[in-house]
Amino acid sequence: MTSWFEKLTPNFLHPESKKVSIPEGVWHKCPNCKETIYGKDLKKSLKVCTTCGFHFLLCATERIEQLTDADSFKELYANLTPEDPIKFVDSKPYPERVKMAKRKTGLTEAVLTGDAKINGRLVSLAVLDFGFMGGSMGSVMGEKITRLIEHSADTNQPLIVVSASGGARMQEGILSLMQMAKTSIALNLLKDQHLAYISLLTYPTMGGVSASFAMLGDVILAEPGSLIGFAGPRVIKQTIKQDLPKQFQRAEEQLEHGGIDRVVKRGDLKDELSKILDYLTANIQ
Amino acid sequence: MATLYFERELVELKDKLAKLLDSSDTTTTKSLITKLKKEIVKKEKSTYQNLDAWQTTLVARHPKRPGTTDFIKTCISDFIELHGDRHYRNDKAITAGLGTLDGHKFMILGHVKGSNTTDNLKHNFGMANPEGYRKSLRLMQLAQKFNLPILTLIDTPGAYPGIGAEDRQQAESIAVCLREMGILKVPIISVVLGEGGSGGALALAVANRLLMLSNAVFGVISPEGCASILWDNPAKAKQASGMLKQTARDLKDLNIIEEIIDEPFSCAHNNPLLTLENVKAAIIRHYLVLSKLSPTQLLAQRQKKFRLIGRYK
Repeated sequence: MTSWFEKLTPNFLHPESKKVSIPEGVWHKCPNCKETIYGKDLKKSLKVCTTCGFHFLLCATERIEQLTDADSFKELYANLTPEDPIKFVDSKPYPERVKMAKRKTGLTEAVLTGDAKINGRLVSLAVLDFGFMGGSMGSVMGEKITRLIEHSADTNQPLIVVSASGGARMQEGILSLMQMAKTSIALNLLKDQHLAYISLLTYPTMGGVSASFAMLGDVILAEPGSLIGFAGPRVIKQTIKQDLPKQFQRAEEQLEHGGIDRVVKRGDLKDELSKILDYLTANIQ
Repeated sequence: MATLYFERELVELKDKLAKLLDSSDTTTTKSLITKLKKEIVKKEKSTYQNLDAWQTTLVARHPKRPGTTDFIKTCISDFIELHGDRHYRNDKAITAGLGTLDGHKFMILGHVKGSNTTDNLKHNFGMANPEGYRKSLRLMQLAQKFNLPILTLIDTPGAYPGIGAEDRQQAESIAVCLREMGILKVPIISVVLGEGGSGGALALAVANRLLMLSNAVFGVISPEGCASILWDNPAKAKQASGMLKQTARDLKDLNIIEEIIDEPFSCAHNNPLLTLENVKAAIIRHYLVLSKLSPTQLLAQRQKKFRLIGRYK
């Protein structure tokens, strides 16, 4: 049986993310163009299809590896794990779901936070992992992001958040919803100190995550093809009872509508982040 | 139509009584009337005592439930409505303006669902588009500029899920409200009158005091939405509503709201005036406390409150 967050993902884009890393020497099929790619080549291309440019989902550790200087990531707040505040049970109790997600991803929550270096510059970095309960935001993610923002303010370093999330984690009810306010309010700290916050949106950035910290970056970048929005396509379709435009809520479309600053290919991300930070820090004491 | 499934027997009794009162045959009906009246009192008790989560949700959505418009008409004097986000259009899902409550001048904002079909459509059932949140923020910042306290009234199924709403950045419009409400230097009081639907409700709820009517609900997702995600079946909303812990009692237990405002025993839709009196009294009581705080204290109180929300190990 598929879990609730897997149902949020359209089939053709269904993540390869269940595997934490690509075993080399195995053939992979691109979910978009159906071409097969050799594992080694896929890793070399940063998990971008060598034929059509489709960006495969990355898990948080792969993302960190791609974006930061080798071995520079020092994890913070790793020990925070969820409680079961509203005793939520669907087909399984919430603690059971968390346990399964931990086993599947090797993570303790749907976000990794810490210090990292990008081309030699120290930054605070948060990376969400869609493989962990759909990258959903509960109390732990809210707390980790908020602490990281405070850490940025304390250490005077820029903040980068890489989002991949279906939204708020309903298994924690109202407490999840309130994390939207908590994280958004905390971002005022960076404004006071002229500290840059770059938000990178990846497939998918929706709901409570997009309606809080993800859409509040000083600069907002997105990977090609990312689904970005508030309400999910299915909900919108049900509400308005008509078909949605083909590129609806895709990064390229969001760029046209003025919602994001740039669409950046995976291979260019690290250097682009670095260059933008050069500008945003150059004239600030 | 406005009768909820668990009110049916009570309504039948009331109809019966009305018919008896109309009839001219007074001698035989007199004792019947007395008997029926007693029965109705008993039935009211069994109908409205211990409503479950789903019944509460239905009460919270009741079309006759007093909303923002009723509150303004009944409790506010000299209301001057202010319109528009200055960019795109005036969103009628949120009414906003200057108003006086018991001699105190406020900036007032609230979702409006509308009380009949024509009205519902006009107000988009209380589901705001980005311009609604942008109008709200514009006016809240205006309130700060002129040192007016802010009152927000929450009653929405959620932010509108539509193509235009997404194209005009619904997510961003909500996120900016959340961030900026965190630093407004005037007292903010929010009351959930009916339905507090997810981000679209939260966008007006970053307050010093968050109050809820006793049969209001406030949650991260609608029971229907939850049921549709979990079981592909919105009809299981009743089951989902119990799991989501969205009633005023739940939110008080989770330390999210400061106070539950009592509704009359037979619920707000059966006694709107008394309900609104209670709402008004609660607002004034909290305002008198907040009005003594300095801007720094107001900010500290609000920011600390949200900073501490969350359960983790």
